[in-house]
Amino acid sequence: MIALLARDLRLAVRAGGGFGLGLAFFLLVAVLVPLGVGPQGDTLARIAPGILWVGALLACLLSLDRIFALDFEDGSLDLLATSPVPMEGAVAVKALAHWLVTGLPLTLAAPVLGVLLYLPGPGYLWLVVSLALGTPALSVIGAFGAALVVGLKRGGLLMSLLVLPLYVPTLIFGAEVVKRGAAGMEVATPLALLAGITAGALALLPFAAAAAIRVNLR
Amino acid sequence: MSIWEYANPKKFMQTSAWALPWALAATVLCLSVGLIWGFFFTPDDYKQGATVKIIYLHVPAAMMAINAWVMMLVASLIWIVRRHHVSALAAKAAAPVGLTFTLIALVTGALWGQPMWGTWWAWDPRLTSFLILCLFYMGYIALWSAVEDPDTAADLTGVLCIVGSVFAVLSRYAVNFWNQGLHQGASLSMDAKENVSDVFWIPLVICIAGFILLFVTLVLMRTRTEIRARRVAALLARERLA
Amino acid sequence: MELTVRNLSVARGGITVLEGLGFTLAPGRALVLRGPNGVGKTTLLRTLCGLQPAVRGEIAAPPEGLAYASHADGLKSMLDVRENLAFWAAVFGTGPAAVARALERMNLSTLAARRAANLSAGQKRRLGLARLLVSGRPVWVLDEPTVSLDTASVALFAGVIRDHLGQGGSALIATHIDLGLDEAEILDLTPFRAATGALAQAWGDDPFLGDFA
Repeated sequence: MIALLARDLRLAVRAGGGFGLGLAFFLLVAVLVPLGVGPQGDTLARIAPGILWVGALLACLLSLDRIFALDFEDGSLDLLATSPVPMEGAVAVKALAHWLVTGLPLTLAAPVLGVLLYLPGPGYLWLVVSLALGTPALSVIGAFGAALVVGLKRGGLLMSLLVLPLYVPTLIFGAEVVKRGAAGMEVATPLALLAGITAGALALLPFAAAAAIRVNLR
Repeated sequence: MSIWEYANPKKFMQTSAWALPWALAATVLCLSVGLIWGFFFTPDDYKQGATVKIIYLHVPAAMMAINAWVMMLVASLIWIVRRHHVSALAAKAAAPVGLTFTLIALVTGALWGQPMWGTWWAWDPRLTSFLILCLFYMGYIALWSAVEDPDTAADLTGVLCIVGSVFAVLSRYAVNFWNQGLHQGASLSMDAKENVSDVFWIPLVICIAGFILLFVTLVLMRTRTEIRARRVAALLARERLA
Repeated sequence: MELTVRNLSVARGGITVLEGLGFTLAPGRALVLRGPNGVGKTTLLRTLCGLQPAVRGEIAAPPEGLAYASHADGLKSMLDVRENLAFWAAVFGTGPAAVARALERMNLSTLAARRAANLSAGQKRRLGLARLLVSGRPVWVLDEPTVSLDTASVALFAGVIRDHLGQGGSALIATHIDLGLDEAEILDLTPFRAATGALAQAWGDDPFLGDFA
């Protein structure tokens, strides 16, 4: 399992691995929104939590189809399925690798983009906390979506259609944490709910994703 | 005789061929009685005027939009646990019907909301939930149509339906949390205080029965079509092999 | 540690292609599967490896005993030869010594630091087959292992198989060419084809055929 994690991380950072593309996309969203909405500080400050969360979510979505599609094409997934590594574990590890190369950098970069969007002072802490808690859920839900479409030739667009509705609760609670945090309100409730969704998704979705992969391999 | 015998395509085709005309007749009867009664023989609401009468389409459609998904969930579980092909095809057949009910609920809601709230659309929790439900239906249908092998498609959509159900419920609560809206409470709760008055209530119940029957009829018809399509595919495959 | 198959039927795309298949593969033995394209060799091997369900019949295999080599080698072009192999060694829990041995045995030592993207087709194939050596598993299930190998490499690989058999391993090989393994038994799959005459029976599992309007 550690070997799988190390391999996925190594593949991600080598040329052609697409590391940093999600981050660049996130930056672009944060730059394009003020260009579209206008430079008024109060408007931007008000929409900043939502924009940052939606941007992070879309950036996450971009790289999802790489989780399994490449391994499916070159036959590694077949070989993994016949190896001693349980498919559930492989899914969990691959989701973790996806989070390390996508979710974690997004979380760390978000405060900088918050500055561009005039995010109010108390919001920064909660922005980082909510993304740190929420992006693992985005990765594992995305891994489930990627597992569903792994056998399809052009699964990318279909996967967005499948995954985005599943992202709704995470987005709502995540953005709510930042919104409340930025307004200086109490954040415990949405934060607990966000953590609950992440914990539930991490615990259960690898099983659903592994089942989907086995179906797709046969 | 076990209930699972109906999961055999042949038995299902026989039984449904017998049941379909009755279901169709009952649908037509209930819907015409309920809708005519509701539209022409109930008084206007003292506050809402004649616009209230859209309730006879809006509420049953909204109920069936959710019930159709529940039926798909049950059918998917039966397929995954017991591998009955008819069950998977019934889930497939129900999805577009459920999507249509969802769209009817959304459109009639907009038509009702305009005179009532002065807006076609509001990010009210219930409206938003239905919009999200609509997305779930679209994803489910898209996955069915994208996967070529019918059993693979049935398995994948089954898993999606189960996971989607959990997330649909989560979304419902998340949306409630996100915005406490302007929608009135349930029109049909057992709690008498919240209930709409009797004059509206009886035709509404008839309409709901009509929509349930309509759903059953449509799903039976569509399942029969799906079974025939599978049969054609199987026969063609045998032909090619021979 | 033997692989036993009884009355096995396998299907591809919902259509039964082979039926009534039975054989036993004892330790130290090799079995070569023959038959024309499309007879169902790959389907059979995938079924044996548990990648797809059997239509009916029994497969008795040693638990976690099968090592599968498919048409695709499962190589990552951005990793070098040693990294590719070391990954599978770690997955199968065999370690770096096994990697070095496998590289040596498959004549890949001089290429160890080269990226898989820059290997020739035959070299890639050799690397794919080297994975069998690091898997440490007794039963090798090989699907057309000699594709794109030159004569020398085929002989090299036949030697590797012979060593494996000598150490009590076994091999199930679907191939069209002669590997030069004289001791291998040959099983022709053609008689097990789900034949046109027996088709109605082969379709017995499909609930959508049979008489109904």
